Amino acid sequence: MRKVAIAGIGFTKVGEPWERNIKDLFAEAALAAMKDAAHTEVDQLYVANMMGAHLQGQLGMGAIMAEAIGKPGISAARIEAGQASGGVAFNEGVKAVASGLNDWVLVGGVEKMSDLLPEAVTTALVGTEEQEYTSYTGVTKTGLSAILHRLYSREYGATPEEIGWFAVRSHDNAVGVAHAQYSFKLSIERVMTSPMEADPIRMMECAAVADGAAAVLLGPAEKIATGIEVAASTVATDYTSLASRRHPLTLEAVKKAANGAYEAAKVKPKDVDVLEVTDDTTIDGVLSLEDLGFVEKGKGAKFVAQGHTARTGEIPTNNFGGLKARGNPVGATGLYQIVETVIQLRGKAGANQITGAEVGMAQSMASVGSTCSIAILRRV
Amino acid sequence: MSVPRYWREEKPRYRLIGEECAKCGAKHYPRTPVCSCGSTEFKPYKLAETGKVESWTVIRNAPLGYERFTPYVVALIELDDGVRVMSQVVDVEPEAVKSGMKVEYTFRKVTEDGQAGLIQYGFKFRPIVD
Amino acid sequence: MKTLIRVGIVGYGAYVPMYRLKAAEVNRMWSTSGEPVEEKAVVALDEDTITISVECARQAVRRSGVDPANIGAVYVGTESKPYAVKPSGTIVAEVIGATPSVSTADYEFACKAGTEAMQTCIGLVGSGMQKYAMGIGADTAQGKPGDALEYTAACGGAAYLFGPAEESVAELEASYSYVTDTPDFWRRSKEMYPRHGNRFTGDPAYFKHITGAGKALLAETGYKPTDFKWAIFHQPNAKFPINVAKMLGFGMDQINPGLVSPVVGNTYAGSSPLGLAATLDVAESGDRILMVSYGSGAGSDAFVWKVRPPIKHRRSGPKVKNYIERKRYVDYATYLRHRGQIIV
Repeated sequence: MRKVAIAGIGFTKVGEPWERNIKDLFAEAALAAMKDAAHTEVDQLYVANMMGAHLQGQLGMGAIMAEAIGKPGISAARIEAGQASGGVAFNEGVKAVASGLNDWVLVGGVEKMSDLLPEAVTTALVGTEEQEYTSYTGVTKTGLSAILHRLYSREYGATPEEIGWFAVRSHDNAVGVAHAQYSFKLSIERVMTSPMEADPIRMMECAAVADGAAAVLLGPAEKIATGIEVAASTVATDYTSLASRRHPLTLEAVKKAANGAYEAAKVKPKDVDVLEVTDDTTIDGVLSLEDLGFVEKGKGAKFVAQGHTARTGEIPTNNFGGLKARGNPVGATGLYQIVETVIQLRGKAGANQITGAEVGMAQSMASVGSTCSIAILRRV
Repeated sequence: MSVPRYWREEKPRYRLIGEECAKCGAKHYPRTPVCSCGSTEFKPYKLAETGKVESWTVIRNAPLGYERFTPYVVALIELDDGVRVMSQVVDVEPEAVKSGMKVEYTFRKVTEDGQAGLIQYGFKFRPIVD
Repeated sequence: MKTLIRVGIVGYGAYVPMYRLKAAEVNRMWSTSGEPVEEKAVVALDEDTITISVECARQAVRRSGVDPANIGAVYVGTESKPYAVKPSGTIVAEVIGATPSVSTADYEFACKAGTEAMQTCIGLVGSGMQKYAMGIGADTAQGKPGDALEYTAACGGAAYLFGPAEESVAELEASYSYVTDTPDFWRRSKEMYPRHGNRFTGDPAYFKHITGAGKALLAETGYKPTDFKWAIFHQPNAKFPINVAKMLGFGMDQINPGLVSPVVGNTYAGSSPLGLAATLDVAESGDRILMVSYGSGAGSDAFVWKVRPPIKHRRSGPKVKNYIERKRYVDYATYLRHRGQIIV
């Protein structure tokens, strides 16, 4: 298996670009990645997208986007794994290059959630859940996280406010970030007085509807002079229903994917300099931090509240705002995480730079842990 | 909503019947084609109809088809036989739901395909009536 | 009418939803001052005649100890069928496990649809065609806003599983059906609310048919009112059943346990079936019960039941009283929401 590196990155500002369609967004990110890599040859395209079938009625996005980026004819496919689509598509791209079957693989993610009304988006978002017995209850994705939030508080004594700090920390890091959806600071008071979304999770603890696209060009490390190496790329799944999981407060898919990644990259959590985790809700972020091994189970909320994940903290996390503030165009999010990690490792993060960042980790997760992909990147 | 999809799940939903793996004894609700032990042999298994609330949420922004019921409670329930299910909890004010609250099966409307479409029923749970 | 094979009730179940609308709240809305009942039962957002029928049926099956696969008929009598075409009974039968070897249909005869269903089941079991058959009376009756019936049109029901008398908690001694064409109250197919003849619904309708059926059955059986421990009459409000009881020579003591309308309202096809369930909840072996239903259009079914020893062990779980005591009041707007009368 040969080493894989990231040759180029591209991304759009996360927001609500009403006049641009999914092909426009995808192409913008893809072209930017190829320009950044100074390389336009692509022999495999993976399109990460979760809800295009619901939102735009668009299937077959592989061929659609290959044509949209001016390359009809190349091998192309959509990769869908719910909110983990970005990370899982990245993993497919890495495997394609590592195996030697492809040289230049473009992995891009796109999602345009503003095309539908909120109720329709809510319905699409719960699409990753088992439809006949989980979705049939009328639960939402946030509702599932809320069920864990309540269990977590009761089990570990963390207060809703402590858990709420995750959103505050994410917003702190988005200030001054040009591509972030929301680049303002968020106070804990504002979080805790926002209306309930799905009790006990409040509206300001949840990522909003967002549109965006992000892409990376992958190639063999030996051919990329200033590449960022992919030290590990893993994917794992778990029982899809909380009712089937023996210990619902442990996200087994996160642990499994993370352990596999640490082993492959030969690093431990303490070696990670910059981290991107899934905080579509605060509790998802807290549980992820714990199951990635950065803090003991049950202590994650306090850990974040006390500032250990801030820029100056022990493990700088969500350094451009995370899902909450940079934004969460679901299928694309996993690629935004990779892109932002690359920016840090290249030393190009400006005011957001974590000094001396050498090893970065990105965790892309679907549906409270039914699928999780981990990427560990390394500056060589 | 697809008529065949609804009809296919009637008995498991109406009667709370899942499956027990003939090889390892694991209980599955809903049924699954292959057990995580690898077996494809199952026996029908009738779930307990009473249990307690382990955790819950209150849905205020519902998916399509459920809007007219908000706010409603969705809970993770541990049945008296140890099997866990996700279900709405009804006949109680959302604020009055408590951890460990004893609940029992009830048969209710879940959603419908508009005024002219199929009415979809299913199980929910409610505080035990005695 | 008597059966060839002796028939009885082997299991019974009843249900009243938990929400209540007070007459005082109706008066607040319309600046009126009526109180034909104190309060009435209102369904939850996710209940309908089918869910109510299922509740009752499940309780009846559980209490009877009968294997549901042996239930040969499930008939639901109602005037608030969720489907105009598709019997409520198929869903009830599927839930309780009576399918596929079962007959089902829905009955309509205004408030006596439930007792019509019961009569048919008695016929099936009494003729030997089926060993067990279930008749259900349930309704989520719709009251027209601002109309007098809004105070009383309520939700609830009861189910009766019939089988061999020797297995029963109450044996049927005899029954009688008395029907004429009397248009006191009706609803055309595409209309949402019924129309009624106001005072015409009294003497020529309710009273004539209940006393007609009651007197005929008493004559046929040779019984006098004093031969009965209990009596149940159709309960469209609090006053009518008391008056008709008097007319037939029955006293308050006899009708009290079954008189639920003051706090439940008129559950239409569920009315006298619910009254019978409330009475069976307190009856003792040897008690004789007279039950006379009334359905507009019009007619009455009268039954004489004799309670048997198994009654003591076959009424576990919530009684009618427990469902009545389980309540939460709603204001008028919430009531409209629950009844689907807020059109969006």
